[in-house]
Amino acid sequence: MSLLPRSSRPPRRRLTLLTVTALAGALTLSACAGGSSASSGTAGATTAAPTSAPTPGGDLRFALGASPQGVDPQQVGSNVSIYIARQLADSLTDQDPKTGEIVPWLASSWEVSPDLTQFTFHLRDDVTFSDGTALTAETVKKNFDSLTTDLAGVATLAGSYLAGYTGTTVVDEHTVTVAFAEPNAQFLQATSTVSLAIVSDATTTVPAPERLQGKVIGSGPFTLGSYTQDQGAAIVKRAGYNWASDAFDHQGEAYLDSVTFSIVPESGVRAGGLASDQFDAVGDVLPQDVPLVESGGGAILNRSNPGITFILHVNTSKAPLDDAAVRQAVQVAINRQELVDTVLSDKFLPATSVLAANTPGYKDLSDKLAFEPDKAAKILDEDGWVLAADGIREKDGQKLTFDVVYAPLFTGSQAVLELTQQQLRAVGIDLELRQQTPAEQSTTQKNGDYDTYYYNSTRAEGDILRTGFSSKFNNLNRRAADTVLDPLLESELSEPDAAKRADLLGQAQDIIVDEGYAIPIFELAQSIGVGKDVQGLGFEASSRLKFYDAWIQQ
Amino acid sequence: MTGYIARRLLQAAGVLWAAFTVSFLILFLLPSDPVSIMLDAASGNGYVDPAKAAELRASYGFDQGPLEQYLRMLGRALTGDLGTSISSGAKVTTLIAQSFPETLKLAALALALSLVLGAGIATASVWTRSGRLRQLLLSLPPVGVAVPTFWIGLILLQLFSFRFFLFPAVGNEGFASLVLPAVTLAIPLSAVVAQVLAESMQTAWRTQYVETALAKGASRGRVITRHVGRNAAIPALTILGVLVGNLLAGSVVVETVFSRAGFGRLIQTSVQAQDIPVVQGLVVVAALVFVLVNLAVDLAYPVLDPRITRTARTTT
Repeated sequence: MSLLPRSSRPPRRRLTLLTVTALAGALTLSACAGGSSASSGTAGATTAAPTSAPTPGGDLRFALGASPQGVDPQQVGSNVSIYIARQLADSLTDQDPKTGEIVPWLASSWEVSPDLTQFTFHLRDDVTFSDGTALTAETVKKNFDSLTTDLAGVATLAGSYLAGYTGTTVVDEHTVTVAFAEPNAQFLQATSTVSLAIVSDATTTVPAPERLQGKVIGSGPFTLGSYTQDQGAAIVKRAGYNWASDAFDHQGEAYLDSVTFSIVPESGVRAGGLASDQFDAVGDVLPQDVPLVESGGGAILNRSNPGITFILHVNTSKAPLDDAAVRQAVQVAINRQELVDTVLSDKFLPATSVLAANTPGYKDLSDKLAFEPDKAAKILDEDGWVLAADGIREKDGQKLTFDVVYAPLFTGSQAVLELTQQQLRAVGIDLELRQQTPAEQSTTQKNGDYDTYYYNSTRAEGDILRTGFSSKFNNLNRRAADTVLDPLLESELSEPDAAKRADLLGQAQDIIVDEGYAIPIFELAQSIGVGKDVQGLGFEASSRLKFYDAWIQQ
Repeated sequence: MTGYIARRLLQAAGVLWAAFTVSFLILFLLPSDPVSIMLDAASGNGYVDPAKAAELRASYGFDQGPLEQYLRMLGRALTGDLGTSISSGAKVTTLIAQSFPETLKLAALALALSLVLGAGIATASVWTRSGRLRQLLLSLPPVGVAVPTFWIGLILLQLFSFRFFLFPAVGNEGFASLVLPAVTLAIPLSAVVAQVLAESMQTAWRTQYVETALAKGASRGRVITRHVGRNAAIPALTILGVLVGNLLAGSVVVETVFSRAGFGRLIQTSVQAQDIPVVQGLVVVAALVFVLVNLAVDLAYPVLDPRITRTARTTT
C-alpha cells in the first residue's frame, strides 16, 4: 500500500489527540465495568443454590470461544465441540463428577470378568433414539464395530479406548459382552465418555464426514436443531427423555427448550456480550474479563480439567536434560503457587502431581513439587554446574539452557512460561520459549527437536498416564524401553482391584516426578461465565458442560 | 471490443492458475501436514496410532508425490470440484457458498460507506476556504489508516453494543448486525479513498480549465461536481481494485472481532488448520473476485473519461 501516507503535512499531533481521547473513553468504560464487583463464583461444579424451584422453558444463548470441528460425539475432541455433541447422545455408563464413580446410564448394570477382558452390559429397555428406533444390544455392537473399522482413522480417542478390541457379542436383546485380547481396566470409565457415546443403528452406517456435519442421531436429552460449520448450532429439548443417569441432578426432560450456540472468538466480546445480556452464558472467560462478567451480576463457574496437568514433558535424550540431576533441580526451582497467583487467578490450582487432583488415581506429591530454590542450587552445584558471569550456569563450557515448545492454545500459557523463565533464571537456568502453531508442533514432535514440550491432556481416568508416559506410545520422553515405568504402566491395565490399581498409578506418578520425566506446572481449569438468571449449569466428570440440569430463572 | 474482453479473460485465467499453483506450493512446503493437525485436535493431545494416521493420509492422497497431488487437485478444480475440508469433511464449495454472501453484504456496505465518507472528506477539503479546516480534513486519512482495525472494532463494540445496546455485538442476523462491522471496515478504506481523491482534486483545482470556469462565473459547487470531480474520479477508480483486496483482507479481522461467519473467518480457521483444500478454494475465489473487479474497472474508464480509448490502454 504505497498509496497511503502521502499527505504533505505530518498529522502526528492530531493523531495523538485522537488516540488519547479514544483511549480515555475505553478506560472509562472498563473502569465502569470493573467498578462494582458482585458476588464471586465458587469453585464448585454448579451454580449457587437456586433461589426457587427450577422453571422449565426458554432458550439459553451460549457463546463459544472457538469453532467446533463438528458435532458427532464419537469423532470430536475439542471442548467446544463436546459442549454441543455431549448433549445429543448418552453413554453406557456415566461418571459422577463429585466422586469419580462409574454409575448406570444406558446400561443399568454390568459385570466385568476377573481378568478384565470381558465387559457385559445390561441395557435399559425403555431407551429410544430421536429417530424413534429403540436401543438394543445390536445397536451397541454396531457402534463398537464401526468405531474399530470405518471410523478407526478419525475417531482417535475412541480408538485408543478400544485398543485390543476383539468383538461384541449380543447375548440377548438387551445384553451385550464386549471382549478384548488383553486386560483393559480403563474400559469401564471409557464407556462413560463422549467418545464412546452410543448413536442409533442408522447413524453407524453414515459416512464419517456427514456425521461430523450433523447427520447424527443419539438418545440424549437434546437433539440437533441446526448446525452450520463456523457459524453456530442450536440444540432442542428431546420430548419424552426419561433416562438420565444418577450423575445428573434431576430426572425426566431437560429444563431448557433449546440452547443456541454462537461462535465468538474474542474473549472481551464474550464477556461484554454477557454483561450486556446478549448471551446467557459464555465459554473461556479470561482472568482479565472476570470483573466485567461479575459487574453484570454474573458469576464464573470453574472446574479443573482432570488428566495430565500442564507439564513440561522432558526430552531425556538431549543435553542438558539427559542429566537427571538437572531435571530434579528444575522440578523444585519453579514456584507454582506464584505462577497461579500472578498470571492466572485463584480459580486455577498449582500442579501437585503430574495428574490433576480430581483425576481418579491421583496421588498428592505436593511435597516433592514444593518451591525450594536453595535445594535446586545445591543439586546443580554438586552436579558441577557453576554460575557464570551472565548469571547462567555452565559445565564443561556448556550453558545450562533448554527450550520449551508450546502452542498458545490456552491463552494464559505464554505468561505462565515467561514467569517460569524468570524463576528458573533465578537459579541460573536459561529457558528459551519457542511458540509454535499446532501445525509446526506435530513436526517438532516427530523429529524430537525439543528439550521440553508443553501441553496438557484431559481424561477423568488415571490410565492417561500410560498413553502419556509409556515408551510404547508417543514417547515424548524419548526414553528407551525400561524395566520399571513401562511394566508399571502396563500392569495398571490388568489390575481389577481399584485400591491396588490406584497404588500402581501412584507409584508411576512418583517415578515420573522423581526422575523428572515431566515438570508439572498447573491444572487447566474451565472458566465459564453465566448470567445472573442462569441456574444449574454444571460440569461432567471430564469438566465439559452439561446443559441438562440448566434452567433460566424467569 | 470482443477481442479485448477475450484477451482479458485469458489473462484472468492465467492469474487464477498462478494463484492456485502458488498457494499449492506454499501449503505443500509447510513442514506439517493437515492430517496430523486434525488428529491432534480430535484426540486432545492423546496417542494416535501411526498406522491409522498413514491410512488416513493415503485416503486424502497425501502419500502421493507433489506433482501427482497437484495435477489431481488442478484437474478436479477445473471441473468445479474443490474437494472437501480435511478438518470437517464438508465440501469446500459448500463452505464458500455459505460464507461468501455474508462477506459480500459486509463488503458492499463497507465500500459504499467508504466511498461516501472518503468523497465527502475530499470534496470538503477542496470546497472549504479555511486553511485550518482543510489541513484538519487532510490529516484525517493518515489517522484512519494508522489506527488498527481491530481496535476501532472493539471501541465501537464497547460504545454501541455493550454500553448503549444499539447494535448486536455478534452474529449475522439482520441489518443491525451489519452496521458496526461495516463501519469498522469502512474507516481505513475511506481514508484511502479520501487520500487519493483529495490529492487529485487539489491538482485539478489548480488547472487552467478550473480557473477559466471560475472566471466565467461558475459557482465553486458547480466547478467541483462538473469539472474537478469527474477528472479526479479516474485515480480513485483505479484504486477500487486495491480496495476490494483490502476489503477481503480486512474481513479476516472484522469478522473475528464481530464474530460474523464469512469469508474472512473461513480463511482464518482454515489457514490455522492448514486445511489445504479449503485454503486453495478461498485463494482461487479471492483471485477471481480481484480479477473481475479489475476487469470491470478497466471497462468503466472510457465511460467516465471519453479521452481514454481502449486501444490506448491495451498497448501500454
